[in-house]
Amino acid sequence: MDNTLLEVKNLKTYFFLDEGTARAVDGVDFEIKRGQTLGIVGESGCGKSVTARSVLRIVPKPGRIVEGEITLHRLVAKQDGSKMTDLIRLTEVDPMGSLMRGLRGSEMALVPQEPMASLSPVHTIGDQIGEAIRLHQKVSKAEARAKTIQMLELVGFPRPKQRVDAYPYQLSGGLRQRAVIAMALSCHPSLLIADEPTTALDVTTEAQILKLMRSLQQELGMAIMYITHNLGVVAQMTERVIVMYMGKVVEEANVDTIFHNPLHPYTSALLRSIPRLGMKARERQRLASIRGTVPDPYAIPKGCSFHPRCDKKIRGVCDQQEPTYIEVEPGHKARCVLYKQ
Amino acid sequence: MNLAENAKSNHLLLEVNNLKMHFPIQRGFFVTKVLGYVKAVDDVSFYIREGETLGLVGESGCGKTTTGRLILRAYDPTAGEIWFRDRDLGRVNIATLDKQQLRQLRRNTQLIFQDPYSSLNPRMTLLEIVGEPLLVNGVAKGPELKNRVAELLKVVGLRPEYMTRYPHAFSGGQRQRIGVARALALNPQLVVCDEPVSALDVSVQAQILNLLQDLQQKFGLTYLFISHDLSVVEHISDRVAVMYVGKLVESAATTELYINPRHPYTEALLSAAPKPDPRLRTEPIVLQGEVADPANPPSGCYFHPRCQYQIDQCSTEEPKLREIAPDHFVSCHRAQELRLMGVLGQTK
Repeated sequence: MDNTLLEVKNLKTYFFLDEGTARAVDGVDFEIKRGQTLGIVGESGCGKSVTARSVLRIVPKPGRIVEGEITLHRLVAKQDGSKMTDLIRLTEVDPMGSLMRGLRGSEMALVPQEPMASLSPVHTIGDQIGEAIRLHQKVSKAEARAKTIQMLELVGFPRPKQRVDAYPYQLSGGLRQRAVIAMALSCHPSLLIADEPTTALDVTTEAQILKLMRSLQQELGMAIMYITHNLGVVAQMTERVIVMYMGKVVEEANVDTIFHNPLHPYTSALLRSIPRLGMKARERQRLASIRGTVPDPYAIPKGCSFHPRCDKKIRGVCDQQEPTYIEVEPGHKARCVLYKQ
Repeated sequence: MNLAENAKSNHLLLEVNNLKMHFPIQRGFFVTKVLGYVKAVDDVSFYIREGETLGLVGESGCGKTTTGRLILRAYDPTAGEIWFRDRDLGRVNIATLDKQQLRQLRRNTQLIFQDPYSSLNPRMTLLEIVGEPLLVNGVAKGPELKNRVAELLKVVGLRPEYMTRYPHAFSGGQRQRIGVARALALNPQLVVCDEPVSALDVSVQAQILNLLQDLQQKFGLTYLFISHDLSVVEHISDRVAVMYVGKLVESAATTELYINPRHPYTEALLSAAPKPDPRLRTEPIVLQGEVADPANPPSGCYFHPRCQYQIDQCSTEEPKLREIAPDHFVSCHRAQELRLMGVLGQTK
């Protein structure tokens, strides 16, 4: 059986503004297998959130997908009980049409960073989760309510029968995020897109939410696209990782390889620049920072976009030609002239 | 060995004793009735030696930001003393200074804000922003002011030519440097850094942390470094204090706290921080329940409902802050007997 769930090929999403064209996503390739967790790592402006929104076809104007293919492999149960894979080209479907609206929220769900941004302040969480359920499943109001309480229990909500009628303002940050996760999972999606879901939470609450997501993933067998800039979370939550910089993928590998054998200079520089718990206890060190800053999106450097900040750059090469994305070892790809196929 | 260590005297620059800040919860407009108090800071005591960095950690609502503001006398404390060895005024209690003295004090105690986007006036040039403290305090004006600002910008790694530009022209990291330059303008003794790198990208955080360390060495600065990020705090602090719902639960030298935590909450915090190494995938201690409400805290030890080591005494009696080992303070009834997990494994 085909194990691939999502394929993204040469995705380009550009924003057309008065100041110029911002190439937010500029030729991105990756795939996610069923039940797998893929981490998308990068700093502000690298294009990771726009990638997620491109997959869900909710890129806000003045942005739009200008090139590339996104294919979802949906499992459909046939009359005789067997399953077949339906290939849906998300890039060719009307983003506001009934097919895409049917997929969004049921096959693919989003948990964004700020729970208050995705919860309506004037509706109870019960109503909101119930609405998501009734949009995609043919159930009555009472059945939806029962399923909602079930979901709240699943996400570890304290006293779900009582709190199902709570408004978001009555809940703490951690509980709100649990409510959003419950809403995202209510229709058992095959792909959960988590866009910095714990960045706004305290570290002990974050630990609770991460543990929850790991156990739910095991229980429900869903894939997770985990977007974050927090390398600690990447190390704990993901199986495969892609590192993005200025709209392109610069490295892709298994999580262990990324942390213990990074190839791209940006990846290694990033790993060297973070303080690690217990570091001081072992050695006193100055953090190796990456010089310079992320360039202006309207003034992307010629050649490799990272070269002005790279300590391994080769003059005459890195500032002239864009490096190609190649498979350096099986399962390990990098975009850098230092490596050959 | 850096200069700061060499220059460090045993002099305490700051001594905070039994500090309290209780915000009243009021109802009504013209006639207000007090319904209760949010005990944001509730009997907190700690000290900072000259030239040292004290890291103040805790989660949302623990009172660390309020503590920082109290030290700058942005609020009038409900109770307690804040003894500061001011360069000009001598040893004074910040909590009871009058307006005149406060104006003097504020030259020597400065603040670096968390959000580089809202802490700089968008309608002022860098010259005006960084020069304002000098102007307002009558320290410099005209061409001398310009020179001082140019020096300050250079010190924080910005080009002096930038002084004619406005904040919007700069990135988050650069704006934070502007904030640092502003804080240094009057050669302060103490700088309160309120989550100075939390809003910055990972690669920029390193730059700013390195800058702060370099400046501390160069100018003999003393920092109160407030943050929720344990790895950042470990990197930059000499001592660390942990707060929970307005209480100080533990304080010790950095290495000591991280290797030998003696309070269950510290243990949980250390365990919860996700480690950037996939080979270190241990099950963290996941605390049950929610953070206590400072307006309605639990009886006895505020942490007891979430503590896996609690005994009967914990729900009835509030623990006192005790020196359990040289320079290591804890407030826990069971501190002596518990063997908790530090960053290098179980404590002996």
